[in-house]
Amino acid sequence: MNIHEYQAKEILKKFGLPILKGKSYNKNLETLSADIEDLNGPPWVVKSQIHAGGRGAGHFKNSFNDKGGVQVVFEKNEVSSIAKSMMGNVLITKQTGEIGKTVNHIFIEEGCEIDRELYLSLLVDRNNSKVMMMISSAGGMDIEEVAVSNPEKIINIHFTKYKDISLDESLQIKLEITKSQLDELTSITNKLLNAFTSIDASTIEINPLVLNKEGNFVLLDAKISLDDNALFRHPELAELKDLTEEDPLELQAAEHDMNYVKLDGSIGCMVNGAGLAMATMDIIKQFGKEPANFLDLGGTANKDRVIMGFKIIQSDPNVKSILINIFGGIIHCDMIANGIVEAVKELDFKLPLVVRFQGTNSREGKNVINNSNLGLIAIEDFTEAAKKVVELAKE
Amino acid sequence: MSIIIDKNTKVICQGFTGSQGTYQSEQAISYGTQMVGGVTPGKGGTTHLGLPVFNTVKEAKEKTQADATVIYVPAKFATKAIHEALDANIKIITCITEGVPVLDMVEIKKRIIKQKTYFIGPNCPGLVTPGECKIGIMPGFIHQPGKIGIVSRSGTLTYEAVWQTSQVGLGQTTCVGIGGDPVHGMNFVDCLDLFLKDENTKGILMIGEIGGTAEEEAAEFILKSSIKKPMSAFIAGVSAPKGKRMGHAGAIISGNKGTAQSKINALQLANIAVAPSPAKMGETMLAEMQKGYN
Repeated sequence: MNIHEYQAKEILKKFGLPILKGKSYNKNLETLSADIEDLNGPPWVVKSQIHAGGRGAGHFKNSFNDKGGVQVVFEKNEVSSIAKSMMGNVLITKQTGEIGKTVNHIFIEEGCEIDRELYLSLLVDRNNSKVMMMISSAGGMDIEEVAVSNPEKIINIHFTKYKDISLDESLQIKLEITKSQLDELTSITNKLLNAFTSIDASTIEINPLVLNKEGNFVLLDAKISLDDNALFRHPELAELKDLTEEDPLELQAAEHDMNYVKLDGSIGCMVNGAGLAMATMDIIKQFGKEPANFLDLGGTANKDRVIMGFKIIQSDPNVKSILINIFGGIIHCDMIANGIVEAVKELDFKLPLVVRFQGTNSREGKNVINNSNLGLIAIEDFTEAAKKVVELAKE
Repeated sequence: MSIIIDKNTKVICQGFTGSQGTYQSEQAISYGTQMVGGVTPGKGGTTHLGLPVFNTVKEAKEKTQADATVIYVPAKFATKAIHEALDANIKIITCITEGVPVLDMVEIKKRIIKQKTYFIGPNCPGLVTPGECKIGIMPGFIHQPGKIGIVSRSGTLTYEAVWQTSQVGLGQTTCVGIGGDPVHGMNFVDCLDLFLKDENTKGILMIGEIGGTAEEEAAEFILKSSIKKPMSAFIAGVSAPKGKRMGHAGAIISGNKGTAQSKINALQLANIAVAPSPAKMGETMLAEMQKGYN
C-alpha cells in the first residue's frame, strides 16, 4: 500500500527525522492564508500529492503556468492561488501516463536552501532476504537511470540488526561528506531503520536527501510503501489508504478476495491462480491479441466470485470476447460452471465466451456448459481454447 | 527415490481442526500420506479424523515422531505457528497460508538457514511425491509417479505442468511449489540442487514468473553445476505490464528488473529449453528427455 508524501513525513517526523515544517490540505484550502504565517519563507513549496513519481517534471491538464506539480513560490500571496489551481486539477507525469491523476491533496512546505542532493532508500532485498539500504551521491534523479548510467555511484548496505548500526568510514569518501555529516547520516539511518521495522514498510525512499547550506541533512521528499500483509497489526496505518488513488474495479475485486488488473487489450480473462492467469494472458498475446485484464479468482473461488468477475469484466467496454480458464483443485469445475451459467443468465451476458476446464470435475463442468443452451463454448485443450477466443474477438 | 518427502514421512498439521486443515488432512490421508496427528491449541487430548490432537507442536513431535508439519492457520497467526514449528525443530515445514508479513519472513529465513530446515512457502500449494506423500492443497489425481522433478513459484500453473507431464507419460518424482512471496523458504536453487543429486529424477521442469531474479540465479547455478540433466522451463508474465503486482506479492516488474524476457534469456543461455507457451510445458520437457543431455 502506498501513502502520500505528507503522510510519510508525518510518520518520519515522529521517529525524529529531520523534516521541514509543512501543512497538508484535503480539497479544502480555506485555512491556507492563515497557516502560511506559521511557515518560514520565502520560499514556500507547493506540492501536489498523488501516488506517482515525476511530479516536479510533470504538467497539468489545465495548465495555469509553465511549471510542474511541485512549485517553488517566492511571493506569499501567490501560494494560495497556485495551490487553488493545483487542487482538483489533473497532473500528468511520466508514471501516470497520458490519463494523469487528479490532485485531491496539497502539501505546502517551507523552502530549503540546497547545497547537495543525495539518494537514500530502505527496502527488503529479496535476493538475500535482508533489509537493505541503497545510498548514492547522485540524488534528485531517477535511481533506475543512475543504476544504468553510473552503477558505481550506488552503494548497497545490508542489515542483520536494526539498532545501533554504525556506517563504514569509507562511506565518507564515497559520498564526499565530512566526519560530522557521516555521524549525522548514521543517526538518520538508525532512525529510518526503526521507522521501517516499526511500521512494517516494504520501501522507504528519500529522494532527494539534501544537505542544506548549513551542511545539515534534510529529508526533502519521502515515499513510503507499506507491506499489505502486515496491515492487520497497524490499523492506524491502514486508514491512510487514499481510495481515490485506487482503480475502482481493482478495489471492488479486492473486496471479494480477487485480484484484478485492468489492461488495454480486448480479451477478458477469468482464471483461478495468479501464475495460470498470467500464463493465460501470455498465450492470448501469442495468438495476436492483447488481454483486457488479469483476473485471479483466488484459490477458493466460488459461484459468487464468478458472478462478480463477470460484472467487473463487463464494465470494460474494450472487451470483445472472454476466456475462462479453470484448473480444478480444491475448487470443482462443475461448481464454477454453474456459476458461469447463472451469471450469464442473470447479467444477460452477450459477449462470446470460451470455457476451458481441467482438473477436478472438469468433465462434469463441461457438461454443464454444453447443456446450458446459452451459446457458450467449452474447449478442453489450452491452445485450442486460446485460439478460439482470439478468433471470436475478431468477428 | 524422491526429494524431501516420501512414503516414510510422518506429517502433522497445524490448524488441524479448522475447515482448511480438516479438508486438506482428509485429502492427504486418502492420498496415502502418513498423517500422524495435528495441533490446535486448547484442543489437546481430543481426536480428529481418527488422529490425536495436541496443544503444541513440541508435544506432537514427541508423541508422534513427526518429520514434517503443514501450516493452515490464518495469516495473523502464521508467524507464531512457524516459530513454534522451528522451536520444536521440525525438519520439514510447509506453510500454505498466504499473507505472512515480509519482515517476519526475513526473521524466519535467518532461523531456517541456521537450523537447516526444509521450509516450503509461505503462500504456496505445498509439495508432493506422487503415490507416496502429499503435503498441501494440490489435487492428487493429476500426479503420476515418474521421472521429472518439478519446481514452481505458482499454484494452478504447477498443476497444469504436472498434468501435462503426466499426459506425455513422463510422470514426476517430486513437485515442489515454493510460493509466490518475495521472501520465502526453499528457492529454485535449493530444489534444483536436490533434484540434480536425486538418482530417480531424470529431468527437471522449472516454472518461474516475473519479479525478482531467482530464475536468473537458477540459470547461473545450472551453468556451473557439474551434474547435468535435461531441463525445461516456463516463465509466466511475458504480457504483464511494469509496476503492477500480478496477484502474487512477488510478481512485479520493478522498473526494468524482473521481466520475463530477462529470465528467458538467462535460462536459454544455460541450455534450458524454455516452453514457448504454457500449453507446451509437457511437450518441451518430453523433447528434452528424448534429446538427452549432451
